[in-house]
Amino acid sequence: MSTQVLGLDGRLPTGQMRIEEMRMVGIVKRFPGVLANDHVDFDVRAGEIHALLGENGAGKTTLMRQLYGLYRPDAGKILINGVEQHFNSPQDAIRAGIGMIHQHFMLVPSLTVVENVALGLKSSRGILLDLDRVEKRVRELSEQYGLKVDPKAYVWQLAVGEQQRVEILKALYRGAALLILDEPTAVLTPQEVEDLFRTLRQMARDGHALIFISHKLHEVLAISDRVTVLRDGRVVGTRPTHETNKSELAQMMVGRPVILQYERPPAQLGEVRLAIENLVVGGDRGHDAVRNVSLEVHAGEIVGLAGVSGNGQRELAEALAGLRPVKSGRILLCGKDITHEPPGARIALGQSYIPEERLRDGTIKQFSVADNLILEDHHKPPFSRKIFLDFNAIREISERLVREYNVKTPSVDTPVKNLSGGNIQKLILARELSRRPKVLIASQPTRGVDIGATEYIHQRLLEQRQAGTAILLISEDLDEIRALSDRIAVIYEGEIVGIVDGPSATAEQLGLMMAGVREGGQHHLEKIRL
Amino acid sequence: MPQRSEIKRMLNQVFEAILPILAVPVALIIGALILLLLRANPGVAFTALVQGAVGSTFSVTQTLVKATPLLLVGLGITIAFRGGVINIGGEGQIIVGALSATALALSFSQWPGAILLPLCLLVGTLSGALWGAVPGVLKARLGVNEILSTIMMNAIALQLSNYLLRGPMIDPAEIEAGTRIAQSALLPRQAWLPRLVPQTLLHAGSILALVMAVLVYIFLWRTTIGYRIRAVGLNAQAARYAGIPVPVYQALAITLGGAFAGLAGAVEVMGVQRRMLEGLSGGYGFSGIVAALFGNLHPLGTIPASVLFGGLLVGADKMQRAVQVPSAFVDTLMGLIVLFVVSSRIWAVRRARRRETYE
Repeated sequence: MSTQVLGLDGRLPTGQMRIEEMRMVGIVKRFPGVLANDHVDFDVRAGEIHALLGENGAGKTTLMRQLYGLYRPDAGKILINGVEQHFNSPQDAIRAGIGMIHQHFMLVPSLTVVENVALGLKSSRGILLDLDRVEKRVRELSEQYGLKVDPKAYVWQLAVGEQQRVEILKALYRGAALLILDEPTAVLTPQEVEDLFRTLRQMARDGHALIFISHKLHEVLAISDRVTVLRDGRVVGTRPTHETNKSELAQMMVGRPVILQYERPPAQLGEVRLAIENLVVGGDRGHDAVRNVSLEVHAGEIVGLAGVSGNGQRELAEALAGLRPVKSGRILLCGKDITHEPPGARIALGQSYIPEERLRDGTIKQFSVADNLILEDHHKPPFSRKIFLDFNAIREISERLVREYNVKTPSVDTPVKNLSGGNIQKLILARELSRRPKVLIASQPTRGVDIGATEYIHQRLLEQRQAGTAILLISEDLDEIRALSDRIAVIYEGEIVGIVDGPSATAEQLGLMMAGVREGGQHHLEKIRL
Repeated sequence: MPQRSEIKRMLNQVFEAILPILAVPVALIIGALILLLLRANPGVAFTALVQGAVGSTFSVTQTLVKATPLLLVGLGITIAFRGGVINIGGEGQIIVGALSATALALSFSQWPGAILLPLCLLVGTLSGALWGAVPGVLKARLGVNEILSTIMMNAIALQLSNYLLRGPMIDPAEIEAGTRIAQSALLPRQAWLPRLVPQTLLHAGSILALVMAVLVYIFLWRTTIGYRIRAVGLNAQAARYAGIPVPVYQALAITLGGAFAGLAGAVEVMGVQRRMLEGLSGGYGFSGIVAALFGNLHPLGTIPASVLFGGLLVGADKMQRAVQVPSAFVDTLMGLIVLFVVSSRIWAVRRARRRETYE
């Protein structure tokens, strides 16, 4: 088997047969009440990166799951190199040369990289493992595609970016000629994204066909050769990337013009509403997840807390909400020490919290929309008199909030579990903002939310800033942080690496800080102020 | 295509809705097989069962008499379960409720009924609540598992009853006669719950239980406290986030559960036995859990569920006599029905979820 000649004999450098062309024709996939894919045509060729762009629920993942053998299409055909394929399982798809990198990694943490790659494969030595051979091959592949990772390391020791590389190595090892990447950048720092893109370009040059699923416009523009936009299960259009731009793609995704830059009048700073002093918070594994963090948020400003997932943001947010005990340090809310107060006391003082896990922490999914809207204030008028709930008032106010905050729901009696993620988030926003909070802690407020709803949530946060609320915005989405924040604090391994002025911060500067590189010279730690 | 899948979906939903109902005959068929193994005639046995439960006015009233403590205990179980806590302590709570109502009635036997009767009910309720509060506070304060602690409280209540009925509370007549049966003296007449139908045991406690079922429904769904209990039970994390002190409401849920079991004990003493005796709790503390689960943990659903199980208890006696099967067979049959209905319901829910999962 020749591994030398680059693609000339129809093979990839990995030895796998090239997939010259994969076509999906007229794909229809129906779920109860939803037409997830409506006669979708999609194709990708060897040597090409084809981006599949669309909002949540547009049908991107459904389409790709059919290509990977996880679902069977109700109608339509899948052709590889002109031959129709019938995939009954991912095994069939893998055999045909298709690989998929899922959003959630499918790795066993207690095994090494090599063991993970070998997992589920037939060994050349019968029931005995042949890990040396696997390791050799893994080294070759990681060399070839710049996928830096120690083959002998245990997966639990690896950073998220490295784990993703293991997933890619796994797919390459299994001979993927066509690779599907489902939102691969969601968990990476900007620098890691650059590394990933280099790898993807190298793979494309070698003759792999790549499908890049995303809802981030700038990434799609940076990496892809062509873009196909899906909306409501239908293809809106396919464009060569160099002939399109952000606003055209955004409009195709949403179906109407979208504001990409917000009007942001200068901050009218008021008094310090939230003061965090030398806070230390324990994590789930017994370590200190938040280490000596100090931060102040004034009335009328948005302070963004940027950082790669898992650097203490969640623990900090939970400590601020009163859901996680504080080891040392203080939290002052409107001047009052609430370090050890329960959540109820903070709510009573005017703090609102948009939790990261909206279904686990923010809502009771079996409860109706109306019951969820009164979660914090059900014991107060107008929602109740004495101990009796006032259903008329609850209904009236819920219906108003649902209208005002654009929550799409059949009625206020619908259980929240039947709502989409974006609408649940709007419901939480409606509940938290309608209380006119003095301090708002918003943790990942737009994660998994589509562009339309994201835009809406951002506008609402900015309105709240204008109204004089002190807002701490915790987000892993750097674009979001930069678009909204007056000041940006960067957290790395539980420590604030630095605080920079929001409007003038560059992505590179923030990216370096997110990777733990402290700011040099005069602005060290939280010395600078607006 | 869309038409066909819509019809298929509707058929699926109908199937899932009637599954639990289909489960009962399946359980009965297996029961029939067991009867055949015992060399009894299933036809005769089941006929006797039904006749025993609803065959005459008397048997109907007997069914309702048995359903009453099941309903009261079931209401308490419903509140506890809705609050996310499991109360296995019904037996003990019934016993202390009955003991305290008896002690009060015997101590103040001169008081008029208008005061004594409601007071006995109240004290029975409060002592049941106390028996529930102990595990409740232990859970809230120290995180003690309430399943274990409520079971322990059962043992304590049982031994307390054994002691009192053999010692301080034993009927003086029993000592005189030398029989020394462990039971209290007869309650004063004015502490008896009135009988509703002459020549039967049906008493006013049944009406009280029905009223309570409606009150519990209002409590759980119309008051802020009920709202909080349900919020805590469905998602403690979110309840905590919303500022609800979760342990307090868990403790409250067990306490209220105990209160209803205590009331059941008082009602059983004042309505049926008219004296405290050993074995008064009669397993209602456990069957009440089954009735509540069968009633879908809904106060109003618990009403028919209690009547069904009350009927089974009464009918079983007659069946036993008719075909000479061991009494354990009745427990087996009830177990089968519960097992089939509960698991068919779970199956239906899973099926529905699987059908509707996508993306």
